Amino acid sequence: MHLKGENISFEYKKNDPVLKDVNISLRSGEVLGLIGDSGSGKSTLCKILAGYEIKYQGKVTMDGNEIPSKGYNPVQLVFQHPEKAVNPKWRMKDILNEGHLVSQDILEAFGIKNNWLNRWPNELSGGELQRFALARALSPKTRYLIADEITTMVDAITQAQIWNIVLNIVEELNIGVLVVSHDRNLISRLCHDTIYLKDINNV
Amino acid sequence: MSTAVVTVNRGLFGGLNLRKKTLLIIGSTSLLLLAIVVSSVFLGEEPLQTNFGSKNLAPSLEHPFGTDWMGRDMFIRTLEGLGLSILVGGLASTISTLLTVILGLLSSAGKTADSFVSWLVDLFLSIPHLLLIVLISIGIGGGAAGVITGVALTHWPSLTRVVRAETKQLKTQEYIHISRNLGRSKWWIATRHILPHLVPQILLGTILMFPHAILHEASVTFLGFGLSPHEPAIGIILSESMRYLSAGYWWLAFFPGLSLLIVVLAFDMIGENLGKLINPKIAHE
Repeated sequence: MHLKGENISFEYKKNDPVLKDVNISLRSGEVLGLIGDSGSGKSTLCKILAGYEIKYQGKVTMDGNEIPSKGYNPVQLVFQHPEKAVNPKWRMKDILNEGHLVSQDILEAFGIKNNWLNRWPNELSGGELQRFALARALSPKTRYLIADEITTMVDAITQAQIWNIVLNIVEELNIGVLVVSHDRNLISRLCHDTIYLKDINNV
Repeated sequence: MSTAVVTVNRGLFGGLNLRKKTLLIIGSTSLLLLAIVVSSVFLGEEPLQTNFGSKNLAPSLEHPFGTDWMGRDMFIRTLEGLGLSILVGGLASTISTLLTVILGLLSSAGKTADSFVSWLVDLFLSIPHLLLIVLISIGIGGGAAGVITGVALTHWPSLTRVVRAETKQLKTQEYIHISRNLGRSKWWIATRHILPHLVPQILLGTILMFPHAILHEASVTFLGFGLSPHEPAIGIILSESMRYLSAGYWWLAFFPGLSLLIVVLAFDMIGENLGKLINPKIAHE
């Protein structure tokens, strides 16, 4: 079981590439770290792997097949800013259950309290919202989780809490995780393996 | 010694804050418009009977707006005409809004649909409103149905433009992408994610469309392409009064025209003040 990106190249502007011939492979159940400088294209790579960006060259495959563009995407991406990832006009329970009915076990694991469910997104903090975003993405149908700086905006204690929960759940569900961060200590703590993304414009 | 800061609230509604004032204006103008519609519906044909014993009377206490050349009370005629205009305008702008919602959501469906919608908007905006209303109204055969269809088919483009722009902006939001990744269809996203954000814009747009619709109805009727002459429409009252102005019967045109202006301004005031409530950022401009 592999999520593979082969020879991925991408440019936002013509002749100004962000990624050039990048190869990446993520096994089920593996926790892989991705480190790179600002502007090296980490987030762009994440978006390509999760199907958000479609105008790229190269191939993204899961177990040798292309990822279907319709229906539930087994590769789920969680962003750095949870407040942008929720519709401000929806209550938290609708946001939480948008993809699937999130089980009580996961809610408890993340420490999501029942009285949060009737609140609006602006009545919760960033850390609390990020728990919702993660719980929503970790459905039984998810095979890979791309975590694009998901704990950058929370304090060290919350960071440790959130990662503990996520690692427990992904182990249970055999989900592969790509951990993107600037924090080398965090990556070395969490990941089995680490890859470095070089800024091609500086080479 | 303490210096007391006193905010003096002068003006018409002294002592009320901005929110109270806004609500008061909305409430009173809505009441006025509602009163016009309700009274015009319940008055019926009875008071409009001809009475040649009292024709061409100047405004007095008995006939506040005077009487016309057939002895009909102009106040009652004006009231009936305004009621009819508001109903026609209301129906036409509701249909227009419906078109806007459908086209706005259609523009979120994809690139081809979006360019089709903007092409349609440009097409309808490039033809002068009045000309198009007259053409459609005549094509359908005149009367109330003709005017309503004509006004409804010409007033949606500007609101659709606003809605389309809003939709385009919403579609770049992360939660829309996430929704798609969670397996939701385009239609599901359009109705659950995008539509709730458009409701304030659409509501406001509809209310601000009212005065346009009413004025266009009146002008088409004035030109003789709209409602049939036996109906007590403002446009008909005004066009008939043209023949009597030179005889010095100024009240035949003055009061109905003024009332039409007041109704249009009332709708504008409701729209503007409702806008302040819905979008507080513009309240202090």
